[in-house]
Amino acid sequence: MTVKYTEDHEWVKVEGDTVIVGITKYAAEQLGDVVFVELPDVGASFDKGGDMAVVESVKAASDVYAPVGGEVLEVNVALTDAPETVNEAPEAGGWFAKLKLSDTSELDALMDEAAYKTFCDGL
Amino acid sequence: MRYLPLTEDDRKDMLNVIGAGSVDDFYQDVPEAARLDGQVPDLPDYMTEMQVERHLTKLANKNVSASESAFFVGCGAYKHHVPASVDHIIQRSEFLTTYTPYQPEIAQGTLQTLFEFQTQVAELTAMDVANASMYDGSTGCGEAALMACRATRRKKVILSGGLHPHYAQVTRTVCEAQGIEVVQLPVGVDDELALADAVDEATACVIGQSPNIFGTVTDLTPVADAAHEKKALFVSVFTEAVALGLVPPPGEMGADIAVGEGQSIGNSLNFGGPYVGLFAATSKLMRQMPGRLCGETVDADGHRGYVLTLSTREQHIRRDKATSNICTNSGLCTLAFTAHMTLLGGKGLTQLAEINHEKACQLADGLEGIEGVEILTPRFFNEFAFRVPMNAFDALQGLLDRDVVGGVRASKLFPDEPDLWNVIVATATECTSDEDITLYVESLKEILKG
Repeated sequence: MTVKYTEDHEWVKVEGDTVIVGITKYAAEQLGDVVFVELPDVGASFDKGGDMAVVESVKAASDVYAPVGGEVLEVNVALTDAPETVNEAPEAGGWFAKLKLSDTSELDALMDEAAYKTFCDGL
Repeated sequence: MRYLPLTEDDRKDMLNVIGAGSVDDFYQDVPEAARLDGQVPDLPDYMTEMQVERHLTKLANKNVSASESAFFVGCGAYKHHVPASVDHIIQRSEFLTTYTPYQPEIAQGTLQTLFEFQTQVAELTAMDVANASMYDGSTGCGEAALMACRATRRKKVILSGGLHPHYAQVTRTVCEAQGIEVVQLPVGVDDELALADAVDEATACVIGQSPNIFGTVTDLTPVADAAHEKKALFVSVFTEAVALGLVPPPGEMGADIAVGEGQSIGNSLNFGGPYVGLFAATSKLMRQMPGRLCGETVDADGHRGYVLTLSTREQHIRRDKATSNICTNSGLCTLAFTAHMTLLGGKGLTQLAEINHEKACQLADGLEGIEGVEILTPRFFNEFAFRVPMNAFDALQGLLDRDVVGGVRASKLFPDEPDLWNVIVATATECTSDEDITLYVESLKEILKG
């Protein structure tokens, strides 16, 4: 199982042709206390870069873009009642959605962990 | 009246600052051919303050005032009694002179009244949550359409044939610019339920009104059910807030968004504005709501306090992704609403609504007794449509000659509907006296006799 990252600070956990998507620890720290997460509908489809979800903190409401194109198979409904999970465990229990990949080659453009770390260090 | 005279020196000083030689220099970019040669005809070069005052007073006297006549106009703007205490409260300088008083450190009074306002609107409409108001009912209606499109990610809005045409027009204007399809159902006195058949899988929301523009009261529950079956939203509109003291409120009919005009409560006719748009929704849709939202919280010492909340969705933070670009309201009208509603209380509102309905029934009974007059509205609150056996324009003109402002010509609301040429929409409120009603009925009899 591999994890990839985007420049918009989303992580993508790849499991065959499905991926689990969330926001990185860096993003969660930048946002501050998350108070609400607006999740997509199961069955909805997104192109890479589409507005997939909205994460709202005490400071800002930001879009979460689909890091790869695909159809939503499952969303993390637990976030509705416990949005703080995004701060507590952004890269585990704070996941947003599970997508069925429409084009696996889109993964190639994403960063691996080392590249993402370098990217963040440069910010 | 403001009279702001300028001396030659004032003018010269101002022209010097911007580097213009004369007032005519301002127009150098306007093509010569498009410029007026010489003076505007019939406009005097100047008038003294006393002359202007006299002139304007003469013009103002041409108006027929709602308080000085037998007044039966409604259709979105209602003549209700506003107690003197309301005016007294809103004229306190803490309220009257503040501008965007939203900083919690200094504006607890204003924020608390906004919070009370929201509570009142939520209770009045039987919805979960209300915002701190919109400009007026029509802009609120447009915002409701946009909100429904955001929430459903669909781009089609269906308007009932009884929706106030001004509301429909504003909704079309804001939707068209965003590529949203707006479907208008045929105009009808008692056709709100047609929305139930019109809704499909592409529909973001259906917008129905009760009481509608012809005064017809409809239980819109079947519309809500049909909309929800297609995963669309139901927007429930009202133009007469007092009606909610008697008729089923939007929340009880399954509305996802309730939007309406609050002018009836605490506010005068104000020549058509400023008014106060009421906007409420289910808690599920709370974060999609436009406008300001005030919340109750506690400060560091645990004392109750009020703040603006959910403002992360507004344009100063979210820019083009903001839920709405309307960042303001008519705050003083909102305060007037809150003050009057507080004085009325729930029971007072119901009593006020009952008086309104009784007066309208009395008027309808009187008109129905006139040969050739037909009441069209099957179930009404305080206004209804009726047909006269002559041109409505002439009938209303004849009434005006007898000091009766008899209502709104339906063909003025719907110029493209030939069938409405002899239809009038008349409204009665608690301000309508028995004498007013008698005068209306007797005058119309006279006019019809010719």
